[in-house]
Amino acid sequence: MKDAFGAPQSLLILGGTSEIGLATARRLITRRTRTVFLAGRPCEQLEAAAESLRTIGALVTTVPFDALDPASHEVALGKVFTEGDVDMVLLAFGVLGDQARDEQDPLAAVHVTQVNYTGAVSAALVSAAALQAQGHGSLVVLSSVAAERPRRANFIYGSSKAGLDAFCQGLSDAMHGSGVHVMTVRPGFVHTRMTEGRPATPLASTPDEVAAAIELGLRRRSTTIWVPGTLRLVMAAVRHLPRPVFRRLPV
Amino acid sequence: MPVPFAADPPAEAISVTGWGRTAPSSARVLRPGTYEEAVRAVRECGGRGAIARGLGRAYGDAAQNAGGAVLDMTGLDRIHEIDAVNGLVVCDAGVSLHRLMQVLLPLGWFVPVSPGTRYVTVGGAIGADIHGKNHHTSGSFCRHVRAIELLTGDGETRLVTPEDEPDLFWATAGGMGLTGVVLAATVELLPVETSLMTVDTERATDLDDVMARLTADDHRYRYSVAWIDLLARGARTGRAVLTRGDHAPLDALPPRLRAEPLAFSPGARLPATPRFLPGGLLTRRSVGLFNEFWYRKAPREQRGRLRKLSSFFHPLDGLPDWNRIYGRGGFVQYQFVVGHGEEDALRRIVRRIGSRRCPSFLAVLKRFGDADPGWLSFPVPGWTLALDIPATLPGLAAFLDELDDEVAAAGGRVYLAKDARLRPDVLARMYPRLDAFRELRTRYDPRGAITSDLARRLGV
Repeated sequence: MKDAFGAPQSLLILGGTSEIGLATARRLITRRTRTVFLAGRPCEQLEAAAESLRTIGALVTTVPFDALDPASHEVALGKVFTEGDVDMVLLAFGVLGDQARDEQDPLAAVHVTQVNYTGAVSAALVSAAALQAQGHGSLVVLSSVAAERPRRANFIYGSSKAGLDAFCQGLSDAMHGSGVHVMTVRPGFVHTRMTEGRPATPLASTPDEVAAAIELGLRRRSTTIWVPGTLRLVMAAVRHLPRPVFRRLPV
Repeated sequence: MPVPFAADPPAEAISVTGWGRTAPSSARVLRPGTYEEAVRAVRECGGRGAIARGLGRAYGDAAQNAGGAVLDMTGLDRIHEIDAVNGLVVCDAGVSLHRLMQVLLPLGWFVPVSPGTRYVTVGGAIGADIHGKNHHTSGSFCRHVRAIELLTGDGETRLVTPEDEPDLFWATAGGMGLTGVVLAATVELLPVETSLMTVDTERATDLDDVMARLTADDHRYRYSVAWIDLLARGARTGRAVLTRGDHAPLDALPPRLRAEPLAFSPGARLPATPRFLPGGLLTRRSVGLFNEFWYRKAPREQRGRLRKLSSFFHPLDGLPDWNRIYGRGGFVQYQFVVGHGEEDALRRIVRRIGSRRCPSFLAVLKRFGDADPGWLSFPVPGWTLALDIPATLPGLAAFLDELDDEVAAAGGRVYLAKDARLRPDVLARMYPRLDAFRELRTRYDPRGAITSDLARRLGV
């Protein structure tokens, strides 16, 4: 069960090698989290991530999970929920793709949307139903600031996150009053393996900062959080920039 | 809101919180109107179990049951029998202390223990084994309970008395409803001559002063409590207002009141607090101003003033839904007790709360009497402090964890009826009879039909 401050005792991370996911897990383990399920494709990295959380005192189980195989989600995630209540599900998987290549290779572009959007929709619906059955829990979904306004530089990734973001807003309303809390997280540029080598945009953050924002959002039972928080104001302005101006912005 | 009892079609799940309005979870809220309906609800509760709920005054998640059933007991509200000669009442669990006062005061009887609100049910009073300002003279509520009609998780109804089934009785006392659903109880009453109180008020300049005053003359009063200003710092740390008194005897009343000495008139209630107040109204500044006003408003010393029962016992009951003033973020109440001889721990904690500037305007200090026999009953001889804090205060979670450690190290404990955030591993250190309690639960409830969010969170 979550406590009065929204701190979960058990946590399921979809995308168990995600740096933001693991930073969040580390942070929550210092609070109330004792049980962690890391779901992802079986690999050395996933086991190493599990081991790193065990060393700080959590009881960690890895769960085979493939975002690209939605038909398997119900069984794979259902197993986790039979082992006890899951207080929080963090949907942290996603790929950035390579915009320049993906524009030339439609199948590669479709891969991005299948991971980021269709895979996430399936996993989120399965998780939300399970949380609803247990009558409580938080579903935290990593969206992106890119969902708010598509940019020339990464609109394939952006469109997949825009779809996911819209889906989560609707899901959040659908779950209102059911005891299930759905929270959409919109970070700006985050320094991770996924973004390594790419030029950081202004208002960049680290996985630890995203984790701190998630903990705060849980406490406040927020439905949407921005990381850093100032992005909310910046994007409120950017959203209304005329297209010719926005196109010329150096971001 | 609660639906009338109907097993089919199944009641729709709705979101439920405690009085602190934190950590909502959803449950089917059933409102049994007869014992048979309650029995059926427990027998057919399904895999996620059932828990009884009264008027929802527990601050945390004690009367929530995510994904399961919550039995709203206020539909069981009959007073079966009043023995006005020996001072006994037999009533359903859903009868509130407010209702008992309305009915019993004109007959010259009063409830044996009254907490800070009249709007709790008899079932809730047993589940939390509530205490009041008379703990040092009368102990907690269950000491005055002669018998409990208990519906255990196996679906059986038992008449439990402290003589015949002491284990089940004293596990139920303070057991947070986890031994079963209280259906009815027999409660011993206190005879009173009037419905007024004679009250002595005095100010104490700091924590040591208030502790010295409480230690010196508590035994002279049936009721005793101190409001304490936790925002005061420096030499004024722990300054307090003591209010102590007893039921007024008939001859203490002025002639115009003697015609109707037992009239119960709590006075009009204010309109309900608005539903959607913004958070952040209770800041250090606003609460600091309130505390300053409250301290200075109290007379330096006043003896024998006549006051209404309601203004002495239940000042906040005049403001319905006062918990909404904390906004949607809600609040937590932290109440702990440390034993006699651990005064230094109390001083340290009061200083820490003060230096952290927790905006707390309802802090109460009381000196407890003897420990109660309930296995999970809260009171032990010593000092208890209760304070309300907005749940959105930054860093509060970690701060309260530190206080837990300090309290546990001093051999103290926190009150489960107030709790919404304790660490499970600390619970066992605070309540040494927890293992016996767990064992008893499995005996009377082998399939685990009775459970709550609190039980899941703390692993009770």
